[in-house]
Amino acid sequence: MSTRTENVRAQDFPNGGGAAALLAAGIGSLMVAIFAILADKVASFKSLMIFYKPTGPLSGVTTCAILAWLICWAILHRRWSSRMVALGGITTAALILLGLSLLLTFPPIADLL
Amino acid sequence: MEITERTLLTLIHGMGFGALYLLACSGALVELIRRYKPGSLRPIEIEDERFLGAYLVVMSVLAWITVLTGAYVIYPWYRAVPPPGTVDLGGFPQRLLMASPTTVAWHSIGMEWKEHVAWLVPISITMAAAVFIRYGRNLTRHPQLRNGVLCFVLVSFVAAGIAGFFGAMLSKYAPVQGGQTIQLVHGEKP
Repeated sequence: MSTRTENVRAQDFPNGGGAAALLAAGIGSLMVAIFAILADKVASFKSLMIFYKPTGPLSGVTTCAILAWLICWAILHRRWSSRMVALGGITTAALILLGLSLLLTFPPIADLL
Repeated sequence: MEITERTLLTLIHGMGFGALYLLACSGALVELIRRYKPGSLRPIEIEDERFLGAYLVVMSVLAWITVLTGAYVIYPWYRAVPPPGTVDLGGFPQRLLMASPTTVAWHSIGMEWKEHVAWLVPISITMAAAVFIRYGRNLTRHPQLRNGVLCFVLVSFVAAGIAGFFGAMLSKYAPVQGGQTIQLVHGEKP
């Protein structure tokens, strides 16, 4: 009986919105690392990323990553916000993306790619 | 006792916003771990819920101010290019670090990591604030979501710590200097 009550309560607060925020944050974090690596390795991409000259390519790298994060978040939120989703896999994926972004922003690791 | 305008702004960025974020982050972690653990028997008061929501929003604002001042105010001074023939690199921190094999890694590893890893902080804490505002005390009913948010807040703490550590070391080996000199205190003659 208590389990059923808990399920009904959980349904009242669908986890989709939280899952969307979590996964989008993981994607956005990884985008920071991917854009930074691309700007470091590809000269044409580096010059493309100079949105504000005094800051250099960092301005474009971070602006694009933030935009990618917000767009992902908006799309996922629209699809999932009123639903219950399989949170286990989504949380794991988001944490893997976050861990990868932490590693890939570390220059000695990024230089291996 | 005097300080240059650029040094003062660097201090505000690092010691003001950055260090304050680290302090606040430890508080948020304790609160999320202690009060919002799944199956917690102690009821969460609406005031506590509102407080943590506002706390996380303030942390997000702090994180955004820190990375934006870092990238768009301090970093341009750090990476300024000296005119050809410049001998004294004191006003050009990046070039000063790159001029010596004993300090070059503070730029190639320290600053290169700091300038990117710091952006994980506002992304993570903004997400945490948004999720908390949406779910509040109901987060205890979604343990996986709460654990995910907790991990992101923890990583934001680590990332802010990395950025803060390298910021402090870079300021030690190649401080950002210049701008107007501000007289803080008139000292007595020795």
